[in-house]
Amino acid sequence: MTVMQHTPSTSGALIDFSAHASSLEVRDFALRYGDKPALSNLTLRVPRHRVTAFIGPSGCGKSTLLRALNRLHDLNESVSREGSIHLEGQDIHAPEMMVAELRRRVGMVFQVPNPFPMSIYDNVAFGLRLQGRMPKRRVDDVVEWALRSAALWDEVKDRLRASAWSLSGGQQQRLVIARTLAVGPEVLLLDEPASALDPISSLKVEELIRNLKSTLTLVLVTHNMQQAARVSDYTAFLQDGELVEYGPTDTLFTNPRLARTENYITGRMA
Amino acid sequence: MDITSDIHSQHISRQFNHELEELKTHLMAMGGLVEKQVQDAVNSLLDADSSLAERVVDNDRAVNDMQIKIDDECTRVLARRQPAASDLRLVLAVIRAASDLERIGDEASKIARNAIELIENDSGSRGFVEVRIISEHVRRMMRDSLTSFARFDTDLALQIVEEDQKVDSEYQSAMRSLMTFMMEDARSISPVLGIMWILRALERVGDHANNLAEYVVYLVKGLDIRHTNPDDLDEEVGDR
Repeated sequence: MTVMQHTPSTSGALIDFSAHASSLEVRDFALRYGDKPALSNLTLRVPRHRVTAFIGPSGCGKSTLLRALNRLHDLNESVSREGSIHLEGQDIHAPEMMVAELRRRVGMVFQVPNPFPMSIYDNVAFGLRLQGRMPKRRVDDVVEWALRSAALWDEVKDRLRASAWSLSGGQQQRLVIARTLAVGPEVLLLDEPASALDPISSLKVEELIRNLKSTLTLVLVTHNMQQAARVSDYTAFLQDGELVEYGPTDTLFTNPRLARTENYITGRMA
Repeated sequence: MDITSDIHSQHISRQFNHELEELKTHLMAMGGLVEKQVQDAVNSLLDADSSLAERVVDNDRAVNDMQIKIDDECTRVLARRQPAASDLRLVLAVIRAASDLERIGDEASKIARNAIELIENDSGSRGFVEVRIISEHVRRMMRDSLTSFARFDTDLALQIVEEDQKVDSEYQSAMRSLMTFMMEDARSISPVLGIMWILRALERVGDHANNLAEYVVYLVKGLDIRHTNPDDLDEEVGDR
């Protein structure tokens, strides 16, 4: 199978990685659930401080790949893997890499917002408190900063002690993003972050994603191709556990190189 | 990736297939009408048939209406389907092509209006040879550009781009010989100017046919060659 991957050695419309340092690098990665291969021979680089979207049909492996990026498969004993994943040059499976630290550096937001059953303030402060004692004033500052970064501060500043469950779905999702931001991640993984939200809340989350990329690397999995086209800088199309085509979103959505990509993004029968 | 002319009928949504097919069908119908307008306008001059020329002027409204209808259909597809890749390129190419066809319609109307004046003033047949030669050339370009659009044929489209350069040089040469007529005989200035306007309109028709051909390359290959030097075209398009 041909894989259209963009490398520094190629020019023109391809991704020029010499211009963007990679935040994450996946090398010859394969993953199996028992006997069933979920990802095979996957190599790609995720540019730093850009939004990269993984698209593909259900079961193509995009969420599996996303979860592999912060080792969420570790507890599943049926999962086996080959190859490696590197965060800023460090192998994430290396013995010295602590999983808790990895997940601090690579945060994850899921499809359904999962605020903890506590106040808005405590949700955001939760991760900070896990890291050890911190002066209350400092916690206050980080909570405010995280809520502002998640574009939620103005909506909740007068009710920080209210239950997180009193927020709307869209607000809860932004709260979860604030909770993740509070611990200072480098990468944010988003698994269908807006699919359970109404269109306006979805747009707010998309706007937030766009704003966050000035300081974070974002990786987004979505079924919504228009959403991938709207918010991402680069798009990777996966099918049957393989990377089919990977390139600048502008190119992929106007002039994909491969018929398989064209068929998927235009809704044609394979 | 090059696409083929049947690609827009392979969507899971048959309604979407139908909508895109309709766009192409309506564009071809508009192309057919515009082609006939140019032919009738030129024939009205060569056959001194002012009633035919008047019909061409009247029919321009039908051409304009077709452009509005196609634009409406394209707007609907963009709003409702948010097309991507070759579907998006088809919609954009159709919008642009309809605009060029409408302009060709305007040129046909200009030719017909000048023909009416020349016929009424009984201006003779000076310059008819040039009109005949250039009109045949640009009509062939128009026909080929519509065929290349219908068949997604980029080889034919690239030939049209080359042809346009030939039309441009035929036009320059005709202009020079008509200038000589005007210098030799001051009484010929007014009728020869009328012929010059007609030749100018025909040369513009060639330019619009050339544009249509460029849209075909964009549609099929996703390559915008609008401002590419004709000498570099084969290399640029061949690479893709």
